[in-house]
Amino acid sequence: MNAQLFILALFDGVAYAALVFMVAVGLTLIFGVLRVLNVAHGSLYAIGAYVTVSIGSAIFAAGYSPVLAFPLMLVAAILVGVVLGGLMEKLLLSRIYDRPEVLQLLVTFAVFMMLEDVQRLVWGNQPYFQSAAVNLLGNIELFGVFYTSYQLIFLPLVALATLIGLRLFLRRTLTGKLITAVTEDREAAQFIGINAERVYLLTFIAGAALAGLGGALASPTTSVLPGIGTEMIVLSFAVVATAGLGQIEGAAVAALLIGLGRSFAVYLYPELQVLVPYLIMLLVLLVRPEGLFGSPAARKI
Amino acid sequence: MTFPRRAILPAILVAALALVPILAPFLQVVLIFALMKGIAVLGVTVLLRAGQVSFGHALFFGIAAYAGAFLAASPFDDLVLLVLAGLVASAVTGLVVGLFVARYRGIFFAMLNLAFSMIFWSILEKFYYLTGGADGLRQPRPTVLGMAFERGPFEDILYYVALGLALLLGWFVIRFLGSPIGQLFQTVKTNETRLEYLGISPRVALIKGYVLSAALCGVGGVLMATAQGIVTPSYAYWVRSGEMVFIAVLGGAGSVAGAFAGSIAYELVRTYAAAFAGDIWQLLLGAFLLVIILFAPGGLVGIYNSLFDRARRGTSGSGKRETGVPAKSAEVRS
Repeated sequence: MNAQLFILALFDGVAYAALVFMVAVGLTLIFGVLRVLNVAHGSLYAIGAYVTVSIGSAIFAAGYSPVLAFPLMLVAAILVGVVLGGLMEKLLLSRIYDRPEVLQLLVTFAVFMMLEDVQRLVWGNQPYFQSAAVNLLGNIELFGVFYTSYQLIFLPLVALATLIGLRLFLRRTLTGKLITAVTEDREAAQFIGINAERVYLLTFIAGAALAGLGGALASPTTSVLPGIGTEMIVLSFAVVATAGLGQIEGAAVAALLIGLGRSFAVYLYPELQVLVPYLIMLLVLLVRPEGLFGSPAARKI
Repeated sequence: MTFPRRAILPAILVAALALVPILAPFLQVVLIFALMKGIAVLGVTVLLRAGQVSFGHALFFGIAAYAGAFLAASPFDDLVLLVLAGLVASAVTGLVVGLFVARYRGIFFAMLNLAFSMIFWSILEKFYYLTGGADGLRQPRPTVLGMAFERGPFEDILYYVALGLALLLGWFVIRFLGSPIGQLFQTVKTNETRLEYLGISPRVALIKGYVLSAALCGVGGVLMATAQGIVTPSYAYWVRSGEMVFIAVLGGAGSVAGAFAGSIAYELVRTYAAAFAGDIWQLLLGAFLLVIILFAPGGLVGIYNSLFDRARRGTSGSGKRETGVPAKSAEVRS
């Protein structure tokens, strides 16, 4: 592996980690607050990508400026968050918070099965591609390697902004503090008059919107086709489990670890590309069953 | 001991299943798949009794099927040996995976199983020079105890092998769950801490049940591969795992009879309805799964039992209700 390939792998890894982080952070946020693992999270990612690509293609074909690609991503994310996330929480999850964990898993799994078919029904089996956003930002040369600015600068910046923004939001704003309070102790929070149901709904919408935003951000860099949601839910679970469920900063570190591991595997042992994220996760969990940053849960007796 | 009236209908159904190749050969193909899937679903059912759900049990289904396909390429291509190979392969894999996943419960348990199955699936897809990639491996018709059969008789034999194994393994699982090991295993769901206070390792208890559940999925997988004559990576794909979980919940989560009732109902509906709704099949499954979880958590077996109780209450007055209730809860579990 020469220096140039090394740098390429590094860039690939960072760009990929930024995308995975966007999805994983939504997953971990939802888990941290609702204590529900949203198996349908990958589908929200895929639908975010589909929505962005199809609206994008339509408005660019109508002659609008490609700059609109960026606000469009936000619109797609909010659509996914409010429509799908909001409906899912209101209609399903709000009924099952007091049910066993296994049932909650089955419910989100059922939604995942349904959404996979919904994608196929709406968008068919053919791949979609719309790279206006990437073309707009052009290429950049760094350490003798040409790379798209979109992936090398824009994506990591968005991921970083999300990480910092989320931290500040949870620590500094009133809504954020309410969320943290409900996470710490739901009953106590309700006693002092916090509307826990609303906090759950808001958190789920925010998490779902982050998944949708991840899909929207990924859409200009890959073909959008059936199956990307499945790959993403398993991968982002690997990230979240490596970090420790509910750990936001940890998810960023784990995303980098897994993103870099995966991209180096692409250049060194292409057959292992799919395996590396899981191998990293299994290795971490063997040593630290709660993940890198998780703390052992106190047991109820 | 009298024959329980509740068991009359199931007994009639089993007898009807045994007569299918003679009386209703057109159902034979559907039911053979249903029985084989039912054996695999039994594996998922066992885990549900410990309160755990696995989104990756197709791993064992696939591993046994591939073990069978590799053996079929050797001179030892016999049905008995194939089933044994599948059983051993899946049980050994189950032990290795189980040693790892038994440290976890709930979400981690479900998702780590999914991760393992995705790893295996991607190996099957990528190492095509060994596994034939997405095209899979052909599985020629094996001999049965050294005797070669034509297609027709072979399918009859396979049908009765599947039915026999379904009954045998179903009986075995009921015995297992009633045995001390099985009781300890189910305590993982009800009160794990108490197990530890008794000086018993819940992890070991869970591993034992996990190996059994893996072996059951393996037997189902190797039979299925023999019946279909081909093994593909789809055997180990998450869709297959999801289907198994779905059938287990449909039949009645944790019920042995439900595993088979669920898979027969599922296969019949799938064969005749999928032609009209192929595009939205997963959508229907997901919606139906939600309906069962939210409104009929007992599944088919639960519905049967409540109908039975209602009918009996109607004929013999309310005096018998007291005795009927505990009988019901015992039945739901077996």
